[in-house]
Order: sequence, then C-alpha cells, then structure tokens
Amino acid sequence: MIRVAGGAGALDVLRETATVELILDTVLLVAGVVTAAIVVAVPTAWLVARSDLPGRRLWAVAAALPLVIPSYVAAFCLLGFFGERGLLAGALGVERFPDPTGYWGALAALTLSTYPYVFLLAQAAFRDLDPALEEAARGLGQSRRRVFWRVTIPAVRPAVTLGSLLVALYVLSDFGVVSLMRYDSLTRAIYLQYRSLFDRTPAAVLALVLVALTAVALGLELRARTRGRLWRAGPGAARRARPVRLGRLRWLALSWCAAVTGAFLVLPAGVLCYWLGRGLALDRIGGLPWNEAVNSLGASGLAAVAAVVAALPVALLAARYPSRVSRALERLSYAGNALPGLVIALALVFFAARYASPVYQTLGLLVFAYVVRFFPQALSGVETAFTRTGPRLEEASRGLGRGPFATTWLVTLPLVRSGLLAGAALVFLSAMKELPATILLRPIGFDTLATEVWSATQVGAYSQAAVPALVLIALSAPVLWLLQGERSTLAEPG
Amino acid sequence: MRAAMVLSVLLVAAILAGCGGDEASGPLTIYSGREEELVAPLFEQFTEETGIEVEVRYGDSAELAATIAEEGSNSPADVFFAQDPGSLGAVDPQLEELPEDILERVDERYRDAESRWVGTSGRTRVLVYSTEAVDESALPDSVLDLTRPEWADRVGIAPTNASFQAFVTGMRLELGDDETRAWLEGLKKNGAKTYEKNTPIVEAVAAGEIDVGLVNHYYLALVKEEQPDAPIANHLFAAGDVGNLVSVAGAGLLSSTDQLSDAEAFVEFLLSDVGQRFYVDEAEEAEYPLVAAVAPPPGLVPLDEIEGPDVELTSFGAELEATVELLRETGWLS
Repeated sequence: MIRVAGGAGALDVLRETATVELILDTVLLVAGVVTAAIVVAVPTAWLVARSDLPGRRLWAVAAALPLVIPSYVAAFCLLGFFGERGLLAGALGVERFPDPTGYWGALAALTLSTYPYVFLLAQAAFRDLDPALEEAARGLGQSRRRVFWRVTIPAVRPAVTLGSLLVALYVLSDFGVVSLMRYDSLTRAIYLQYRSLFDRTPAAVLALVLVALTAVALGLELRARTRGRLWRAGPGAARRARPVRLGRLRWLALSWCAAVTGAFLVLPAGVLCYWLGRGLALDRIGGLPWNEAVNSLGASGLAAVAAVVAALPVALLAARYPSRVSRALERLSYAGNALPGLVIALALVFFAARYASPVYQTLGLLVFAYVVRFFPQALSGVETAFTRTGPRLEEASRGLGRGPFATTWLVTLPLVRSGLLAGAALVFLSAMKELPATILLRPIGFDTLATEVWSATQVGAYSQAAVPALVLIALSAPVLWLLQGERSTLAEPG
Repeated sequence: MRAAMVLSVLLVAAILAGCGGDEASGPLTIYSGREEELVAPLFEQFTEETGIEVEVRYGDSAELAATIAEEGSNSPADVFFAQDPGSLGAVDPQLEELPEDILERVDERYRDAESRWVGTSGRTRVLVYSTEAVDESALPDSVLDLTRPEWADRVGIAPTNASFQAFVTGMRLELGDDETRAWLEGLKKNGAKTYEKNTPIVEAVAAGEIDVGLVNHYYLALVKEEQPDAPIANHLFAAGDVGNLVSVAGAGLLSSTDQLSDAEAFVEFLLSDVGQRFYVDEAEEAEYPLVAAVAPPPGLVPLDEIEGPDVELTSFGAELEATVELLRETGWLS
C-alpha cells in the first residue's frame, strides 16, 4: 500500500531531529489522551454500572453521547468557546483569553470524542462481571478494598485496555483536531507531505513510523489483556451485582457526573446551538439536509454490517483456535485503523482507478474503505463477546455431536450477538463522522452530513455547519442504545 | 440471525448494483478545488445555458491534484477546476492543450505558456487588518516590513496553504532565494502565527487574535457574510511590491476525457461574458473577471492598476517543490 522509494533517502528522514521530535510529540499526545480518557471514563463507568447513583441510566446515556460528536466539530466548538475572543471571554467580559490551541487544546478535543470508547467497554465489563467472583474472594477472607483491586479491577482490565487501544489508534490517525489545534503530530506531517505531489518518500517513511507506533500500542494492549482471563468455569448463569451504596459520597459522585457531562456534552452542543441561532438571525439557514442524512445512514449502515461480517471469522479464529497465524492475522488487521484516512484513500484511489475501474468511486468502494479503516472496532466488539462467553458451551455442543459449523451457527453466534451489535454500532458511528476517505472516494454528487459540515466550515460559515452537525449527532445518538441496552445473554437472570 | 443474513444479502446486492454504475458517457465530470458554497451556482448557470449536465466532485485543490495523478489515464474527471496555478501545474502532463480561441480571451499573464490551463478569475494577495487595532497610516508599504519589531506577534500566515506558497514562489522569483529565506526567518523570529488557510486568518483578525494577516483579497467578503460587523479591511502594499501578487483560479481539460467537446464548452462558458460576470454580480465573494470586456466589481482596485511582482504563473507548478523545501528549511513546515 505504501510505495516507499529509495532506502538512503528514507534513512535520512528518520535521522532528522525534526522527525524524532515529531514522534515524541505524537507519543506524548497519545499517552496524554489515553490517560485522560481512562481517568474520565473508568470512575464514571463504575458509578453508572455498580453504584446506586441517582439517575444512573440517564447519566450512562449522557456520558456515552460525546461519541457521536465528530472530533473536528468538537475542536471547532472548543475553539469557539475558549478562543482568545471566544464566547466565554465575551461572556466574562475578559479582553482576551490565553491561546487555547496546541497540546492542551488537542488533548481536550480528542479526549472529548474518544473517552466514550473506554467508558462503554468498561461499563459493560463492570455490569457483566459475575458477582460470584467477588463474593468468593470475600468468602476467602479478603477485605472489600482488596477484592476491588485484586478481583474487580483485573476483571475489567481487558475491556479498559481494549478501549484504550481504540483511543490510541484514533489519536494516531486523527488529522482534523491536530490541524485545527495547530499541534504537530505525525499524521499532520503526513497530510502536508501527501498533499504535495512530488517526492513521497518522507511521507511514506512517516507512515511506516506510524505503523510501528501502532505495533507498540498493540503489544502493550496484548500484554495487559493476557495477564489473566476470567470466565465462569461452572454451569449456571451470573446474577446481577447488587449496587454499592454511595451514602454521603452521592453528592460528590453526582457532581463528578455533572462535570463530565457538562464539559463533554452540554458545552459542544451549546456552541452548536449558538451558531444555529446566529444563522437563523442572519437568515442563512436553508432546509434540513434530508438527502445527505439518507446518504450518511446508508453508507454507514452498510459499512457496519460488512465490517462485522468480515470480523467474525478473524475473531473466531483468534479466540477459539489460537495459533501464531490466527493471532498475527488479528493483530495485522489493526494497522489499517492507525493509518490516516487520506493515506488509505489515496492508496485505494491508486489501486481502484487503475486495476478495478468498474468499482472506482462507487458506494461499494466507499464502504470498503470504511471497513478497512474501522475493522478493528468491529473486531473489538466481536472479540470481547467471545472472550466473555468462553469455550465451554461450544465444547458441550461438540461433545453432543454437533459439527463445528452447526455449533458456530447455533451456539456461538447467539451467545456473541450483543458483541456483534456493539461492534456494528461502533463502526456505524465512526463511518458517520468519517471525512478524508469520504471526500475522495464517494460517488460523485454523493453528499453526506460530514461533507456538508466540511464544506461549510471550509468557507467559515459556522452557522451553516451547525444544522448538518446537529442532524448528524441526532441521528447517531439512538445507535448508542445498541451499545448499552444489550447485555450478554449469559448474564441475563433466569 | 435471520436479520443478519438478510442484511448481508442486501449488502452484496448494493455492491453489485454499485459496480454496474454509469459508464464514461453522460454528464460532464468536474473536479472542483473551488468551494461548493462559492461556485455551485456557476455550474447551474452552465447547465441552463448549454443543456450539458455536470457532476462535480468537490475537494481540496492539492488533494484533487494528487487524486488525478493517482488515477492516471483512468481518471473519471473531464475538467479540473482548481484554486491555484500550482495544482494545475502539478498535473499538467495529464492536461490537454486548449483551443486558441478560448485562450485568446485572457491576458497571457494569466494562462499557461503551453496552453494546458487558463485562468478563469483573478485574486490579489493583500494584508487583511483589524480596523480597531491598526491605524490606516501605520499600515506597511511593503510585505517585507512585517519582519520589523513593531509587527512582532501581530501577523498571521498560512504556510501550508497553496495561496501562501504561491506568494512565496513569487517572492523567490522576484527577489531570489536568499532574500526570501531571510524574510521567512525574520517572520519566524517575529513570532508570526500559523493558520491552516485563509479563512481562519481573517476570522482571527476579526476576533482580535492577531492584527494583520496575509491572505487572498476575497476572503474578507466571505467572513463579512457571517459576521457583518467584523472590524476588518484589506490593504494593498505600495505599487510594485512583491506582496501584491496577482494569481488566478483556473481550469484545464484532462487528456483522458472522452467528452472533449463538452469539456471545451465548459471552459468556454467560464470565459464567456456570462461566466465572467458571475464573479461580479452573483458570487458571494468578489473576484476579478479576467476577460477584458467585463468590468471588475465596484470597490476593488482594477487589476491593471495593481502593480505586483513581474513573474510568470506558468512556472509556479515547477517551482513549488523548491518553495516547499525553503519553507521546510526555515521551520514553517514540519
């Protein structure tokens, strides 16, 4: 996919101090966002899943909602609000705010749009954790605190690390935020290089560095995940855990949730509504973007189904028939997610226009690009489900005389259904927001909500960007229900 | 499970349906690096006038040029309508020679020396300034003055943007690499702020983040559209200054087109009186028509009264690489 030119020039690029700085800056940003996402997501997830927090269902939805806000919209909103002469400075009557761009601006915008990955996976893990495990530990004489650190946390660690991996991949490949926040990361450098037509060697080398960083992230995730797997050994179904009583800490918990929701949901939505209001006042708002909405829904829906169908065999192989080959195959598929969208899009342009011209610039190729980009998200959902259900029931089915295909169809698939839906939902949400590949690969005249937002912000017409952005958010929000409402079949009481 | 099966069947059907899509003939395919918000009405006028249907792919000029290069001779595009001579120059091996009668309408300065593309509208580089923060008498006579101490931390530029790079190319051709390098380094020392492109610079001036910025002249009108009361105005440097580069947006025909006559009709339309008057009457932004018979929009200094650097736009495509290298060496690109 990447056409690297000569070796000598490539080494020169790597040796430059600018490149080293670029790698360091990128690692710093990834580490910062992952840390911030865990700090925000894990306590919130525990509160809504395991405590008697008042209104926790509502908080659970509110805390997951920022996932539907595209990160470039989040960045626009943060800039509009905290800008040197933004809304906040205006409201406070302050002459001028400090410049919000740079590392911290990028960190805030990226945390906003990625922490829900960790939140959703951690919430499901906390919820589906079999309380029998914790009770057994208590029965063996361990204190509450020790049980929490020795049993509860290790049990949700695979989910949290998987979520962190998705966050890391997102940050590695994101262009919109780092460009708006003017933070130099590898992806921004790759974009600038790819836009110029001459020597692509530096860009290709940087892209390979990006792939190497992905490999590091994957390695870290694998180590954290395999440090202990837990599943029920015996027969029977898990109960729901009894909620922990917060007592007087309830107010603290409530203000925490309010702060998270206020900063990450109310603020960007508020800025969008302000722009909408300004647009209405200036009479610049046309009708609702119906066509674009249908296009967005169609392309993203197809991508979600296709990605899950493609992820099933890979996850099945990796989870049930572990071998070096199946592991490698699974790991390899994560690479696509860390490459910037523009790199994948131009590679597909090159390939399809020359060797597969009938599919070039068709909906099919666009869907294929989405699948390549977001495959790991489908895989993460499917895999988590496989890991949580364990192989025992399938072994029983095989023992009772069903063949491998019948077992997969009749036993495995129903068990992992919620995981499939969750994976599909993640892909759907990402495809709704996707921009670089959509711009280059969409069929001609095929406008989506994301491209509408893009073309309005191109000329600074924020008031016109507000409508498609709000519609995009409104249409994506119900899909979150798939990620939260479903619970694993085994955990169902009865 | 049944639902999943039905969905996968639908998916396969959709992909197959997509494969059978339209063949080469049919509507004229235009790759437009110019924003939809600006030029969509122009395309509508063309269809009304000629009855030729068009399909437009909008994108960033440089990204579309890269796309055309990747597509090679299989490019579905018939016409490339770009924001700058650099993007057109970058794909000129893939462009068809334009007929003389179309080219003649435009001054030689604003078209390719080898007739592969032609300018369709003109724009000047200007200094956009905050009327609140800068007194008119304090405005600089030359773009070179922006490295002076009084402009420290007050200037905005867009070093990754094609229009700024074209301006730097103009400066290199007029003043030489050494003087350009010194200016770029001086600007760095002076704490000039970087932006992604022109619009955010004008917005930043309007918001008071910076006091002046180097942009194309017509972004002022765009930002005024969204913020009618913004305290911003354009300033031209003194006659003959390199800061006053006049550049063009333009169009070229792809050699791989199978609709040559329709494609030519499109370029002809862009340079017809109707197509040219669009920039004066219809457009949200005010650009310069390039056909002499059409008068420029009121309020703009006429093109032939602007004295900029004496450089050839044709060479901009080939010179771009050296310009980008210079920007990289002076730390403006990473």
